[in-house]
Amino acid sequence: MAGGPPKALPSTGPHSLRDMPHPLAGSSSEEAVGGDSTPSPDLLMGRSFGDKDLILPNGGTPAGTSSPASSSSLLNRLQLDDDIDGETRDLFVTVDDPKKHVCTMETYITYRITTKSTRVEFDLPEYSVRRRYQDFDWLRNKLEESQPTHLIPPLPEKFVVKGVVDRFSEEFVETRRKALDKFLKRITDHPVLSFNEHFNVFLTAKDLNAYKKQGMALLTRVGESVKHVTGGYKLRTRPLEFAAIGDYLDTFALKLGTIDRIAQRIIKEEIEYLVELREYGPVYSTWSALEGELAEPLEGVSGCIGNCSTALEELTDDMTEDFLPVLREYILYSDSMKSVLKKRDQVQAEYEAKLEAVALRKEERPKVPADVEKCQDRMECFNADLKADMERWQNNKRQDFRQLLMGMADKNIQYYEKCLMAWESVIPLLQEKQEAK
Amino acid sequence: MQETYTAYLIETRSVEHTDGQSVLTDSLWRRYSEFELLRNYLLVYYPHIVVPPLPEKRAEFVWHKLSADNMDPDFVERRRIGLENFLLRIASHPILCRDKIFYLFLTQEGNWKETVNETGFQLKADSRLKALNATFRVKNPDKRFTELKHYSDELQSVISHLLRVRARVADRLYGVYKVHGNYGRVFSEWSAIEKEMGDGLQSAGHHMDVYASSIDDILEDEEHYADQLKEYLFYAEALRAVCRKHELMQYDLEMAAQDLASKKQQCEELATGTVRTFSLKGMTTKLFGQETPEQREARIKVLEEQINEGEQQLKSKNLEGREFVKNAWADIERFKEQKNRDLKEALISYAVMQISMCKKGIQIWTNAKECFSKM
Repeated sequence: MAGGPPKALPSTGPHSLRDMPHPLAGSSSEEAVGGDSTPSPDLLMGRSFGDKDLILPNGGTPAGTSSPASSSSLLNRLQLDDDIDGETRDLFVTVDDPKKHVCTMETYITYRITTKSTRVEFDLPEYSVRRRYQDFDWLRNKLEESQPTHLIPPLPEKFVVKGVVDRFSEEFVETRRKALDKFLKRITDHPVLSFNEHFNVFLTAKDLNAYKKQGMALLTRVGESVKHVTGGYKLRTRPLEFAAIGDYLDTFALKLGTIDRIAQRIIKEEIEYLVELREYGPVYSTWSALEGELAEPLEGVSGCIGNCSTALEELTDDMTEDFLPVLREYILYSDSMKSVLKKRDQVQAEYEAKLEAVALRKEERPKVPADVEKCQDRMECFNADLKADMERWQNNKRQDFRQLLMGMADKNIQYYEKCLMAWESVIPLLQEKQEAK
Repeated sequence: MQETYTAYLIETRSVEHTDGQSVLTDSLWRRYSEFELLRNYLLVYYPHIVVPPLPEKRAEFVWHKLSADNMDPDFVERRRIGLENFLLRIASHPILCRDKIFYLFLTQEGNWKETVNETGFQLKADSRLKALNATFRVKNPDKRFTELKHYSDELQSVISHLLRVRARVADRLYGVYKVHGNYGRVFSEWSAIEKEMGDGLQSAGHHMDVYASSIDDILEDEEHYADQLKEYLFYAEALRAVCRKHELMQYDLEMAAQDLASKKQQCEELATGTVRTFSLKGMTTKLFGQETPEQREARIKVLEEQINEGEQQLKSKNLEGREFVKNAWADIERFKEQKNRDLKEALISYAVMQISMCKKGIQIWTNAKECFSKM
């Protein structure tokens, strides 16, 4: 659909993605390319719906008449954005205190969820409940169902296939706890998701199981609950900006997969190196026992190698526990985002099909029927939600990866510093003039 | 059929006292087999000296990257260093440095082999020394030598073990560093789809490449440490040889003393007529008839001559033995000092290498961290 594109969209010429302005940035008059400019909130704030600068999939002008309900709800969202991006936060959620429960039928772990909030949606200022993994799983499914236009953060994997992992080991539980905490924090930070009814119940209900059984469809605001369109509609072309997002996610997931494999390989090599070191050090000890004047120096070297071995073990443990899980999380994230993109395509396809059907009808004054309008509304809301979420996601991703990679560098620096200290402290021992024994 | 071999250029410089300048006095080529010949000669003529060892003939304790090929330039270079070290050790030894054959090795290119062989040292060599497994029932060896032999066995064993494990450690370390190089490529590819994150990723990737390639120099330096250990692995063998020589001398001494004692016994029995010791002669005499007094007198005379000779020999053997012990122990003490000095230095330089490796690692990761912070 090559109708006159808004100025910010890239041309279809052979540019590298790098040279193209970011799909979400620069639709405003601000710099599209550039250093630290985060996609400006101006995109959403302070403009009324229908502004020409807003990127729309069809490449044409936005439909002049949009239902007031949808634009006001959008404004609501914008205002919420404003609040969240501002200084005051009114919702805090933490996951901690894992505990093992042994029952007749099964053994499982629960985590304590602590919530502090001043929001009116919460009856009490503070809550503390216990939840297990399957509760989180339920929550995520509910969020996907009730907020299909939004990107739902991923959960850590249900089962860990690789190797024999003890589900109840301290390391595994701690890794999982961190991931679950991240999951809830991402929802908490989201201007729409954090107000979701199911989320609220998850945080507050004493008996979650009873609530789960109800399965009632709750009243939701217009535009927020878009029933999943089960298809039959095929989208001809994905609009350029969403195609760019799709392409980006594909490559992104691919690169992350490669990084995951490299990281795992490094850990494997480091562990094998560690095994050899653990044999190497003690040989100096054995030698030391044969010697007179050289005994202390040799013993010193043995101890030194032992210290380096310990430092190496700490490095590999840290990388396994802190680095790999976050990578995997982002791979899962991009997978779920791609399916949201597909849903969006579905919604657009439905709208276009219906619009075509209307155009084909021979009428004097073709008037857009209500249901087609609703479709359009749905599509536009979806597009807006998705774009907003993508922006948020990009920001968070950047911060998360900056932190993750700096963390990796840090761990390596610490490892070398420990080894350096060990070797520097052995030098004076080696240089010492021994008394004649 | 033509043979390919490597020859080494030996340049000898003498240091002029007046101005400290060194003047090239001799320059010739030698191949490994000639070094071996020199060493074998020294072993025979100086059995009480811990003779410096040659570098290994074939590359051992290799880790995967090192070539085991004798023609490989890295191997040849390390062998060159080893051979140079060998000659320097001899040149700095108070006794060995005066040896004529050694002097000729440095100065007489042609005919040197003939000259060495003319000394007939191969004939002098005690083949028993080469028989490593042969045991001798020595009754009274000098305890110090027994302990020393035990020590040299243990030293050989522990250094071999150390070198084997070190080679495996080097192999693994190589793997760790090299895999990081893959980050360089994937960060570069990833940076192509990113906006703000791109630059940071790209430059961090470059540092990962630097990290991966830094291991080559590190491990090359470590090979020198391994070579220092190897020298003492081979020195242990030389130490052992000296102890064996003592054992053999002691054994010969004890055998000679035993032989002398039995001859004396025989003599006494013949003189007094009592037969206490078994002798074949005695048995045949009993079986086939007594010998005449003249025959007996003759035998006694022969025995007395032999006893005299034997006593002389025993005396000189005793003297020899004591001289050997004295001289050998002096050289052993010298060797011990040298060993302690050298190995301490080797350990220090190893520690320095490790420190330098750690500092390099810190530097590279700090640079990478800075790049990440700019993402």
